[in-house]
Amino acid sequence: MRKEPIKEMGSDNRAQAIAQKIIANHCDRDYVSEGEIVNASVDIVLGNDITMPIAIEEFKKIGADGVFDREKVVMVPDHFTPNKDIKSAQQCKLMREFAGEYNIKNYFEVGSMGIEHALLPEMGLVLPGNLVVGADSHTCTYGALGLASTGVGSTDAAVAMATGKLWFMVPRTVKFIYSGDLNKWVTGKDLILYTIGLIGVDGALYKSMEFSGPAVSRLSMDSRFTMSNMAIEAGGKFGIFEVDDKTRAYLKERSDGNYEVLSSDADAKYEKIYNIDCSDIESQVAVPHLPSNAKSARDIKNVEIDQVVIGSCTNGRMEDLKIAAEILKGKRVNNNLRTIIIPATQNIYLEALKKGYIEIFIKSGCVVSTPTCGPCLGGHMGVLAGGERAVSTTNRNFVGRMGHPDSEVYLSGPAVAAASAIAGRIAIPEEVM
Amino acid sequence: MIIKDRVIKYGNNIDTDVIIPARYLNTADRRELASHCFEDLDKDFKEKMKEKKIIVAGSNFGCGSSREHAPLSIKESGIKAVIAVSFARIFFRNAINIGLPVIASEEAAKHIEDGDEIEIDLSSGVIKDNRSDGIFRINPLPDFIQKVIKSGGYINYIRDSVNK
Ligand code: SF4
Repeated sequence: MRKEPIKEMGSDNRAQAIAQKIIANHCDRDYVSEGEIVNASVDIVLGNDITMPIAIEEFKKIGADGVFDREKVVMVPDHFTPNKDIKSAQQCKLMREFAGEYNIKNYFEVGSMGIEHALLPEMGLVLPGNLVVGADSHTCTYGALGLASTGVGSTDAAVAMATGKLWFMVPRTVKFIYSGDLNKWVTGKDLILYTIGLIGVDGALYKSMEFSGPAVSRLSMDSRFTMSNMAIEAGGKFGIFEVDDKTRAYLKERSDGNYEVLSSDADAKYEKIYNIDCSDIESQVAVPHLPSNAKSARDIKNVEIDQVVIGSCTNGRMEDLKIAAEILKGKRVNNNLRTIIIPATQNIYLEALKKGYIEIFIKSGCVVSTPTCGPCLGGHMGVLAGGERAVSTTNRNFVGRMGHPDSEVYLSGPAVAAASAIAGRIAIPEEVM
Repeated sequence: MIIKDRVIKYGNNIDTDVIIPARYLNTADRRELASHCFEDLDKDFKEKMKEKKIIVAGSNFGCGSSREHAPLSIKESGIKAVIAVSFARIFFRNAINIGLPVIASEEAAKHIEDGDEIEIDLSSGVIKDNRSDGIFRINPLPDFIQKVIKSGGYINYIRDSVNK
């Protein structure tokens, strides 16, 4: 009996994962191999009020006449804004003046500003097939739209703004296949916390993470953004979903349909493939001080809290506010804590207002803030004191992330956050409804 | 170029929030950033720095945010090099881009102890531990990255290539 020939792997196999294809497309090549360093063109360069001031300094050192494309540089003052103190006001002023001087089209002033990683997709600025860099680590969020985007530093942003190009090392790809039904209240946040718990905070170091499988096609776009957002929390370079009908529907009102849909070749090389059964995943909480410390929320007993934050580039979108409103409706948050809700963009804020969510939040005793990163990075609008503990829908629970080095952050999705706000301790929705 | 100094040793997953806490990111002033470097991780960092100017750490050094303020504050503090089992991707890029020597070597990072005097020879790619006489070979960096380092950082490299 003749055996099937063993399929050639390595250099003879020119099959590519989506990350390779996108990078190849941006350096006029048909094929790029993993580990190779290439100089590729970028579609968008992003910066914010923290990273832009240094990028501007470096940009000036290059001595370029202008930015490579005034429509492809995006600036969002979202971290310490509306300006929390004189120093942050100076930083914002620097960026505003630069945007004026170089006629930057996509500079978003307070009033139209939102948290950058919710804002760019909403504005249709990032599209399938794009290669995007941002001087912010959560730039990987846009991978939910079938594109390759990644965080870089300020010097990188400066070079990309001046030349439209940047060096990239072509990453290896790790694939995650999600199957099975999602449990009640489980959203993208629970899936990604579970996944990071499985592989660790460096489990995808330098890799492209590909999220796929039948369960993924049932996830909302908002949940997909949440998952791509936290790819960096496993060390990932990209966190990519392939384009499907939901992606197309999302993009319909945001673009003219002029984009390229790419997908991984069927025989693409994966460094590792993880099969994850979603029916095993309950509402998750990542306990201090690593996002990989994920546990089932129901197993965490008697952890009293001082603050709840629902917002950020991870979970400040409509789906998150809807879940929070469903749980908080007609109830009061616990007297012993503060609950801060931050819609991620002005549009989300407005829609939540129209749907009546904002009224529900205020009547239940929450504070609703204008879009800002605020407490997510311990900036303002809800900084923790020593010894205090928060449940937060943000993405990092490192030491001192939300304020005092002796404070603690427990990461969760919106359902656990809202339930915990009512209970005054870490709780699951079933306990308060 | 040979870098010779004593070592401060730290653990795994040293994140950018403990290298330079976000509450200080409302400035880009390098001196000011350096004055808060490692403040939330190690209150004695400044004291140790007086006689130890190389950091050796575990895996995933520099994980978290993209803030270039992290390698900048380390460099501006006077730290001459960082050796780690592995580095987070953006931190590694940023360090190369600003000219802070970063070396990934599991063997060296695990062997070298706090307080050891070590010598790093970047051109021959060797680390020597003077306490134990241990010798560690560093994997050569990709050509492109070596060119960036030789130019003294990414901005200089770009300026050089534009002017060619
Ligand atoms: S919301 Fe938090 S994680 Fe997202 S961009 Fe702002 S500070 Fe960074």
